[in-house]
Amino acid sequence: MGFFLETLIGGLMAGMLYSLVALGFVLIFKASGVFNFAQGAMVLFAALAMARFSAWLPDHLGIDSAWLANTIAFCLAGALMFVVAWLIERLVLRHLVNQEGATLLMATLGIAYVLEGVGTSVFGTDVYKIDVGMPKEPVMILEGTFEGGLLINKEDFVAALIAAVLVGLLALFFQKTATGRALRAVADDHQAAQSIGIPLNRIWVIVWCVAGLVALVAGVIWGSKLGVQFSLATVALRGLPVVILGGLTSIPGAIIGGLIIGVGEKVSEVYLGPMIGGGIEIWFAYQLALLFLLFRPQGLFGEKIIDRV
Amino acid sequence: MLYRENGQFKTSYAADQQIFPIAQDRWAIFGLLVVAFIGVPLLVDEYLLRAILIPFLILSLAALGVNILVGFCGQITLGAGAFMAVGAYAAYNFHIRIEGLPLLVSLLLGGVTAAGVGIFFGIPSLRVRGLYLAVATLAAQFFTDWVFLRVPWFTGHASSGSVSVSNLQIMGWQIDTPVNKYLFCLMFLTVFALLAKNMTRCAVGRQWMAIRDMDVAAEVIGIRPLFAKLSAFAVSSFFVGTAGALWGFIHLASWEPAAFSVDRSFQLLFMVIIGGLGTIMGSFFGAAFIVILPIALNQFLPAFGALFGISISTAGVSHAELILFGGLIIFFLIKEPHGIARLWSTGKEKLRLWPFPH
Repeated sequence: MGFFLETLIGGLMAGMLYSLVALGFVLIFKASGVFNFAQGAMVLFAALAMARFSAWLPDHLGIDSAWLANTIAFCLAGALMFVVAWLIERLVLRHLVNQEGATLLMATLGIAYVLEGVGTSVFGTDVYKIDVGMPKEPVMILEGTFEGGLLINKEDFVAALIAAVLVGLLALFFQKTATGRALRAVADDHQAAQSIGIPLNRIWVIVWCVAGLVALVAGVIWGSKLGVQFSLATVALRGLPVVILGGLTSIPGAIIGGLIIGVGEKVSEVYLGPMIGGGIEIWFAYQLALLFLLFRPQGLFGEKIIDRV
Repeated sequence: MLYRENGQFKTSYAADQQIFPIAQDRWAIFGLLVVAFIGVPLLVDEYLLRAILIPFLILSLAALGVNILVGFCGQITLGAGAFMAVGAYAAYNFHIRIEGLPLLVSLLLGGVTAAGVGIFFGIPSLRVRGLYLAVATLAAQFFTDWVFLRVPWFTGHASSGSVSVSNLQIMGWQIDTPVNKYLFCLMFLTVFALLAKNMTRCAVGRQWMAIRDMDVAAEVIGIRPLFAKLSAFAVSSFFVGTAGALWGFIHLASWEPAAFSVDRSFQLLFMVIIGGLGTIMGSFFGAAFIVILPIALNQFLPAFGALFGISISTAGVSHAELILFGGLIIFFLIKEPHGIARLWSTGKEKLRLWPFPH
């Protein structure tokens, strides 16, 4: 029982990280109808920027306090993501208005390649560490309830907490601010939004910027857990089934889908894996998403916008 | 002046419907085939054959398959690498397990198996399209990656799924030297390209295009989406699977599942985008472009950098390759969504009027 719960919690924590990536997908899809394949590359890019800035700042500017260096690096990386968002809108999206979804999808594939290439050639390809002072030591809880208790990483808890705060902030931003309302209007109907005077181009910059910030947070958390390396870019491929499961247009869907996939992967790997050869994490999520596509294409919480063929 | 169809009169339906209605085109293609079959093996050295021409031929075959699905039928796929893997491993199993099965038959059976798997993973296309379908085909990719890595039966209990073939021959003709390998692939490509061209010109090809342009309208005029879509998946996977079998047997000779990873799928998709969606010609242009670009960059970028006093490492070149690929995809999607093939046909139109365009 204790082992099962540990697996479950491990899955929930991994799922939280998937959710963060999926959140970026959902944000951009809601606001611009673009399925952003470049989200993984953005996570990699942001994490690389953060890792390198926080290493360069103490060296070149003589900032000793790690906390200050991290904060400044985070702000710098955020600013960089803003520039990236602006460039993407300016150079790519603006020219592809009113194109089909598949064309935009392929364009974001192109963006992903450019971001990966630029990121690795500017910041290097080594494995970097991000140390933002997350607690590393594991703790035992519920020792009274189970024999041996449950072994849990404090780091995972902090990460989950950060993700929860981020989702809360995003919800507030979307529901309560004027910009958020404009974003929702654009998501509903581009033309109607434009006709009442919402500047589409600016909205796109904003939404890509928000997605960039989400990518930055995801990158920092993944990076401090696993180190910043090129394989971070493939987390986009792990996040894809999550959004299919949760629904492409639903922020809560991204969170819950991430948790389901995280738990499903871990539990199936531990209990089903040994029977059929192991390593099934990689495709388990995709087969789950495939089932959903066949029987409930809009996902758990998505709007029924998908056109059935 | 030279390229003009004045005076070429068509006196029969057959003449009216031939693939190349202009005599100059026919001669050019004929000349190209002669050069490819006779000239190239005589003149070109082994390195060029091994590093460029054989990969180009096989990848063009795969790109033809992807183009049938993405360009002609409008069903986006990110699982082409998976179907290549299925073709390669199926052909391997036929080759190893059935004693005395001719090489040609096992290669083609590899393609047929891939077609079956393609139909299975094409079923979601009846319910969803666009990016949802892309996810469904990605599922195929990750699943086959895993199957060939972890299920020992498919790979003859080889560790980590690496298998090898040797002593390939057809009716006593050894396919061992680069020249023979090149000729073998070239024969495959010629037959399959002719097949693809004719398929897209006949009834089934027109059904695919109708589905691509607007599926509801196609259904209304009596085209069965089930048949059209699944046949596109089957034909495409057959092409891609045969290419995969060739890639494994002829080009690599020993391979493991990583040869057909998701990167290969993306690469094939880029080939058809850059080359030209919905054109047979485009598959060749795209494959040539993507095969030659990395090699050209490796050759010229360090020299180009040295011109400005910058030394560019090998890693730098591979980064530049990523950036250039990404940039080109975006460029083509924005500026020329029909790819290099459209540039080619525009050039031909211009040539017909030259030198008196008015």
